[in-house]
Amino acid sequence: MQLKPYAKCLALALSLAVLTGCASRGGSEDGMAGSADGSRDGAAGTDTSRSGQVSGSRMGDDDARQQADTRIPDVRTIYFDYDSDAIQSEFEPVLTSHARYLRENSSASVVLQGHTDERGTREYNMALSERRAGAVERFLNVQGVSSSQIDVVAYGEERPAAQGNDEDTYAQNRRVVFAY
Amino acid sequence: MKALITTWLAAALLMFGSLAQADLTIEITRGSDRATPIAVVPFGGGDALPEDVARIIHDNLARSGYFDPLERNAMFEQPTTRDEVRFGDWRALDARYLVVGTARQEGDGYRIQYELMDVNGERRMLGEVVTASDGELRGAGHYISDQIFEAITDIRGAFSTQIAYVTARGTGEDIRFVLHVADADGHNSQQILSSDEPILSPAWSPDGRKLAYVSFETERPAIYIQNLNSGERVRATSFEGINGAPAWSPDGRKLAMSLSKDGQPEIYVMDIGARDFQRLTDNSSIDTEPSWAPDGRSLVFTSDRSGGPQLYRHDLASGESERLTFTGNYNARGRFAPDGESLFLIHGGDRGYQVARQALDSGRLVVLSDSSQDESPSVAPNGTMVIFATQQGNRGVLGAVSADGRSSFRLPSAEGDVREPAWSPFLD
Repeated sequence: MQLKPYAKCLALALSLAVLTGCASRGGSEDGMAGSADGSRDGAAGTDTSRSGQVSGSRMGDDDARQQADTRIPDVRTIYFDYDSDAIQSEFEPVLTSHARYLRENSSASVVLQGHTDERGTREYNMALSERRAGAVERFLNVQGVSSSQIDVVAYGEERPAAQGNDEDTYAQNRRVVFAY
Repeated sequence: MKALITTWLAAALLMFGSLAQADLTIEITRGSDRATPIAVVPFGGGDALPEDVARIIHDNLARSGYFDPLERNAMFEQPTTRDEVRFGDWRALDARYLVVGTARQEGDGYRIQYELMDVNGERRMLGEVVTASDGELRGAGHYISDQIFEAITDIRGAFSTQIAYVTARGTGEDIRFVLHVADADGHNSQQILSSDEPILSPAWSPDGRKLAYVSFETERPAIYIQNLNSGERVRATSFEGINGAPAWSPDGRKLAMSLSKDGQPEIYVMDIGARDFQRLTDNSSIDTEPSWAPDGRSLVFTSDRSGGPQLYRHDLASGESERLTFTGNYNARGRFAPDGESLFLIHGGDRGYQVARQALDSGRLVVLSDSSQDESPSVAPNGTMVIFATQQGNRGVLGAVSADGRSSFRLPSAEGDVREPAWSPFLD
């Protein structure tokens, strides 16, 4: 549970495209302590390799500050373990960034597209993929996003991201996509 | 029958795009060791016709797994009527049955005369003249195959039936999904619906006139019912969440399905005429893939209420559900055999996902297929074969296996993946 406040902080920082720390944002509704600063946090070292995924912004500081709340987070896919709808901790920052975007843009809405790999029967996989998208929806709800902003479409194994019969391919296909 | 098909095809083309002639071909992958030897002699005059009717019969019988037809180059002679048959020659070739005939053009159509002989008894079992209009030659071959099959096995032939299936070409955003209907041997494929969104779970109405299926064409799943004669269709359900796994009741009046409108997938039965819904399951687990028992009194469905997917049977009178499968951790998508005494299903185990059959009285489960990524088993209306989707290389193909597992064949497509086969009922 230590990760969540940090993750929020990191996500926010990345969405600003500058690692200035959450405190500099001021007026945060996250309830995070002002001293929580991603760049100084001891946990940061282990997660910096993923921050590239979460960020990807090339905007200048001023643009970033003005557009932070209106820009849809860049990373829009999270992945799942086999036969699991558990959200892996490494993807919590991604979810948190989307939660923040949706909270601060109440007119925005997202379709959570659930997917499975191709193993097993199609209609059962349809149900599993809905469960994955549902897990993401609950996570967003807990983070204060209104259900009216979220729609879920379960695709099962019908729309694979990658083709093949190996674990790498399967792993790429077990996913939930944020479609805005 | 064929004339009707032409009519609905024309309508379907207008509504749903162009005709893609992409027949499936058949590769027999395993011949039964108990197949009965039979010789189907080339029909006299058949060379002049656009289709080799005797070859169609030969291939049908071979595919059934019940017969092992003699290759033509092993035949000493090619009689065309009973009077020309020297039974001793065919006994020497171990042929137990013999089919001879003639085929010729007559007016605008064709006239086919055939006879079926019991070689050991030296007697004629069947003899018939079949007339076919232009374009019906293959149909005539299937009809004759049905007569021969039933005369010898006492089981109604299913060669004149059809299969529905879905093809997918391309990847990512560029996938094209097409719902087809073809003859049971993969020929005469006709396009029913084309979409760049998924199409799945086609299900034949018991009278063979309609298909229910799931289409994502509105970017969310909905169940449609399409009349194959007219091409007309209606959207049966488009609730929030999953609208999936349609299954017709034996009387054709109801459609069982899986809907997640109340939070998680539950089994519902829709009265098609009244458009009202009865909910059969009520729990926090996945309930999907319903299939009606032939007597219409119960349904089997897949549920993960025990932790993983297993098959359950819901009795409509009592409202009670009982678990049916206990072998292994993955048993899904059950389909009743036409006699109601066994289920065909997908069994997941050490060798992947395979087609299996479970007897309902003993509960014993037998794996039938030798592939490892099988899905969507669908039973022939005479119960002799199960068609299913599987993988060959990295491509989806259709496979079929006899109900005893002794013979199997594949129906690969020239292009793209083939999946979601649904075997039609008897069409007459």
